[in-house]
Amino acid sequence: MNAAGLIFSNIHDRTIPELTRIRTMASIPFGCRYRLIDFALSNMVNSDITSVGVITHYNYQSLMDHIGTGKDWDLARRSGGIKILPPFVAAYENAVANKLYASRLEALLGAQNFINRCGTDFIVLSDCDSILNIDLKDVMRAHIRNDAYLTIVTKELDAAKFPGTRPRDLAEIDADGRVTALSRQKVDSGIVNVCANIMVIRRQDLQKALDDSLAHGYSSFHRDVIGQNLNEKRIFAYRYDGWYAQIDSLETYFSTSMSLLSEEARRDLFGDPNRNIYTKIRNSAPAKYTADAHVSNSLVADGCVVEGTVENSILFRGVHIGKGTVVRNSILLQDTVVGDHVQLNCVIADKNAVVRDDRLLSGHETMPFFIGKGISV
Amino acid sequence: MFRKKECVAMLLAGGQGSRLYALTKKTAKPSVSFGGKYRIIDFTLSNCVNSGVDTVGVLTQYQPLQLNDYIGNGLPWDLDRTFGGVKILPPYQGQNGADWYRGTANAIWQNMQFIDQYQADYVLILSGDHIYKMDYAKMLDFHKRSGADCTIAVIDVPLSEASRFGIMSTREDGSIFKFSEKPKNPDSTKASMGIYIFNRDKLRRYLAADNEDPESSNDFGKNIIPTMLAAGEKMMAYPFTGYWKDVGTIDSLWEANMDLLGESPALSLLDEGWRIYSRHEAAPPQFIGTDACVQNSSITAGCEILGTVKNSVLGTGVTVGPGAVVEDSVLMNGATVEAGATVRYSILDAHVTVGRGAKVGEPRSTAAGIAVVGADCRIPAGETVAAGAMISDS
Repeated sequence: MNAAGLIFSNIHDRTIPELTRIRTMASIPFGCRYRLIDFALSNMVNSDITSVGVITHYNYQSLMDHIGTGKDWDLARRSGGIKILPPFVAAYENAVANKLYASRLEALLGAQNFINRCGTDFIVLSDCDSILNIDLKDVMRAHIRNDAYLTIVTKELDAAKFPGTRPRDLAEIDADGRVTALSRQKVDSGIVNVCANIMVIRRQDLQKALDDSLAHGYSSFHRDVIGQNLNEKRIFAYRYDGWYAQIDSLETYFSTSMSLLSEEARRDLFGDPNRNIYTKIRNSAPAKYTADAHVSNSLVADGCVVEGTVENSILFRGVHIGKGTVVRNSILLQDTVVGDHVQLNCVIADKNAVVRDDRLLSGHETMPFFIGKGISV
Repeated sequence: MFRKKECVAMLLAGGQGSRLYALTKKTAKPSVSFGGKYRIIDFTLSNCVNSGVDTVGVLTQYQPLQLNDYIGNGLPWDLDRTFGGVKILPPYQGQNGADWYRGTANAIWQNMQFIDQYQADYVLILSGDHIYKMDYAKMLDFHKRSGADCTIAVIDVPLSEASRFGIMSTREDGSIFKFSEKPKNPDSTKASMGIYIFNRDKLRRYLAADNEDPESSNDFGKNIIPTMLAAGEKMMAYPFTGYWKDVGTIDSLWEANMDLLGESPALSLLDEGWRIYSRHEAAPPQFIGTDACVQNSSITAGCEILGTVKNSVLGTGVTVGPGAVVEDSVLMNGATVEAGATVRYSILDAHVTVGRGAKVGEPRSTAAGIAVVGADCRIPAGETVAAGAMISDS
């Protein structure tokens, strides 16, 4: 049951332009010290997948910087390990891929070399917009048990509670767990099965599907490879039942980040010592709280210095909160400096932002106030 | 693979640290936790790499398991090198039999081959039981400029404490004319920090002679330095100013941890220009609960604080339950203080559990001493551990 992983780092970039203008979806900072790709990568490593290709498109410098040699995920290997797969653009006219890929299927065609050479039985495909801690070995076991062609990880959600901002990929699943229909729509009520954008397929089947796509000029993985085959091929859902979140806008980025403050989220994501979430190590000193600090219901990363009041907030590594300052319901990314006597409410500050003394900034839960990377206010 | 290195560091890490009692029962002193996420040896190793010394032999002897595991291939300190890097050097069996390291000088003598293979011009001798930040490159530069055979780093100590150290008497140019180990009536306040730079050839000659001497206790401070001085070698004192602390006792270990706290701490780890590196445990961000109170403290990743923490240093993954109080204490990795328990003026080693409502230590103002609970101990619910008590599992 050996598998290789393929991670799509850019697929959902457009859904959250504020944070992806300068980086990929995969490298969006999340949860004090992680980037979104850490969940996909850690899930793979914790499931003994040690050969991982990361498909990139554009803006991937921050991602390469984050991944480095891959050693922080134990993926710096002689055989296998992590490979960044930049877009494959052929040098000559009439070549197969002579432009940057525009769809998941074209991206996979560009990664054919990796797929053909990795030598494993299975391929796990994963996007970077889902946040969950999943045992992919269990997904593969289900795949084998069902004799499936494709297994799609789904999560049952109450659409009223987790509305999402955009249309989502929803699956209809019969009693045997087989997917009977797939659709992309925005649903605001009722119980739905959301596709987590994690799929398992046998490598041979994927290779064949890609060859067929080339022959027939297909362009969409969802429509042409999955959608057309729902009846003939055995496409199954794997119903994941742990804590799950999908980020599709700055608003859901905000609400999902805040939900990390719940015990359930922290237990499901971080509670199992054998299934840790790994990230790039930064060697920060422990967080320091001064005698005047007041912190409650917050997540704080190492390297922070807190001299003021922090409530219901997420502080990334190296954030400084000045004296007499009150930060509520806010997400402050790496190395944000907040001066003295500042008041922040519902603010998202991107990396290296500076909020000078005596400022008062407030957004709303549905419309957080966003400070761009390196901006001084 | 060996490429010539100008300077090779030899880090003496075999010490038992018997005055740390329960804390060194299962591990050598250099791998005792410090400052939440560090071990004592991190400071010396980080100093090396920050000073451009990239070849470090670590001499282990007492309880090396944790230390070996901790240092591993040296990756956290960027010392996993093809040329040089960090190497663990345990005592070994040779053609003429096997021997433990009989003293600091003997430990280096048994590993001259390690130094020789790098054709090092200079040998930097360090010990793994001090907390300080020092640029060895500056000391090496001083050594080369002065043309010394041996340079010893010294720090000014109060005259009243000078009799606890090896004391150097120097001339105006910094050269040493007298060395006295723990003198009753010290005539100088320049204390040896146990950091030496030797020219390799001189070091070899004196270590060889020392090895032949059955009367010698094979120690740098007791034997090598006095012998070299008596023979008229050029010995220089390199003055160091800055934070330096021997954390060899429970009290000094506690004090050094407390030196990290406050608005302008005596020892800052936030200095980006001189980072202290450590082997990292994957841990989620720390969570501070709704009813928690955290003040004047240093808290590491993985902690979950639901109670009160004041004037304390907490390591990775410490849990403080609701209503629990931790004050003036050092809690090492994975310690758990259950609901309603109190920990005051104490050191809890790794993975200690303090059961519900239990009481460890007394408030610092009234306490007779620091309560110490050794690794993996469990204090049952409702129990009391007296101030100054020393608890370890049997």
